[in-house]
Amino acid sequence: MKFYKLKYKRFGEYSVLVEWPSKIDESILENILLFKSEIEKKYINKKVYLKNSYNSLLISYEKKINYNTKISELNNSYKKIGPVKKQDFNTWEIPVCYDNQFGSDLINLEKNLSMNKDDIIYLHNSKEYRVYNIGFLPGFLYLGGLDKKIHHPRKEKPVLNVPKGSVGIGGSQTGIYPNTSPGGWHIIGNSPINLFNINKTSPCFIKPGDKIKFNPISLKEHELIKIQVESNIYKPIKTKIND
Amino acid sequence: MIEIIKSGLYSSIQDLGRFEYENYGVPVSGSMDQFSSVLSNKLLGNMDNDAVMEITMVGPILKFLKETRICITGADISPSINDKSIDVNSIYQIKKGDILKFGKLKYGLRSYLSVSGGFLSKKIMNSRSMYLNITKYSRINKGDSLKIKTLKNINTKRTKININYLEHFKSNIIEVFKGPEYNELTKKQKQVLLNKTFSISNNNDRMAYQLNESFDNILNSIITSLVLQGTVQLTPSGKIIILMRDSQTCGGYPRILQLSKKSINKLSQKHMGNRIKFKLIES
Repeated sequence: MKFYKLKYKRFGEYSVLVEWPSKIDESILENILLFKSEIEKKYINKKVYLKNSYNSLLISYEKKINYNTKISELNNSYKKIGPVKKQDFNTWEIPVCYDNQFGSDLINLEKNLSMNKDDIIYLHNSKEYRVYNIGFLPGFLYLGGLDKKIHHPRKEKPVLNVPKGSVGIGGSQTGIYPNTSPGGWHIIGNSPINLFNINKTSPCFIKPGDKIKFNPISLKEHELIKIQVESNIYKPIKTKIND
Repeated sequence: MIEIIKSGLYSSIQDLGRFEYENYGVPVSGSMDQFSSVLSNKLLGNMDNDAVMEITMVGPILKFLKETRICITGADISPSINDKSIDVNSIYQIKKGDILKFGKLKYGLRSYLSVSGGFLSKKIMNSRSMYLNITKYSRINKGDSLKIKTLKNINTKRTKININYLEHFKSNIIEVFKGPEYNELTKKQKQVLLNKTFSISNNNDRMAYQLNESFDNILNSIITSLVLQGTVQLTPSGKIIILMRDSQTCGGYPRILQLSKKSINKLSQKHMGNRIKFKLIES
């Protein structure tokens, strides 16, 4: 079991921020998630709100905190974290249609990256991506692992209405817009599935620590899956991670 | 039921927020000035978390189709019942058919209308706070009907309550804690930040308040990290942004300060051009 040198910082009257080394790294993510579940265990009957990002964990309490007491409490919990159980995580297949009808910025990317469309698409869907965090928009996944060859700076001016399901590239990141929203990423395709469902107790079926893989589909398949999603019969495909 | 005859500038239903879904990227939301919204509920004998109507600067016109009692706190937007002006921070009896209107903004920015038993809109993810893509709309619209509770015994006397909290609206001191990246600022930057008077820009809404004055920024962006309501961020171009109730759950700008809960409420009553000063609370 690897232990990191953690930094604790007071964040307002109710919260403590815990920081890991400042880099994007899968073992750091696993360590954060272990600490998170240890705290959840300790607070099972009490209210505490937890959220994590690439290299930090934010713990918010209901009442004003005594900072020093909380830090020693947290430090004790950190010492108790157990080994990673990989089988708790899944790899999800996300169907994406890369047709020009959806991939409105593909032509621009071909030019700017001096690559043809098929190569861009191949580099995008031949890899698995780790989910580090959900944020920015409800159901928006922060993914790590985009191939350097297709990194591309964001648009200078964000577009007002990026359609729901759009798959885009922004800087060193790739992601899926869970709902129609403004956005500055270059759109290369569209996924017909719902990443966020307000009627479920767990509104996202994907969680931090899971992996996703983009599975290329045709326009016809996109149409079919969309109908299946709308009539609630679509089941996303998953495999357990147990390496 | 309450019928919306006119929606006003920006009126929405809010409780104290949606807490358990931040890890799915769902903003907490909730009433901007929670001191005033809780006061409005308390005066009526409601629960603190009952849903109220948050009214911004220009009020709506509402027609009550049911008897109830109401209380308005927060900004004074010259409310009236059937064209007869009424006071803020007081309880009024409402009869079927009564019309509630608002007029000139006297002080503050956001007003809180509570009704006995709270607004009974559908709870989504354990909250009635309006936020687009979680609730169907982000605010109330003309023609909407809002459900309220049917009361049995209504006390018909108006109750005047002596409460005055004008300091909440007048004071320009915003109390802050050091943010996670505060110590990366230079001595000079810290001095400017804590001594300068800043003014609120026209970019101010439920999501964030931006300040007009620029600031020399030498800090780099951070790897996307976590933010709270009331987090003060410094953008690469040197703009200061204060995150408010509908803020995103994470962000990549350095977090230089963190507002106290009380100060988030105070700031919510400020509008474009108002001046503020940060005051560091030692911790």
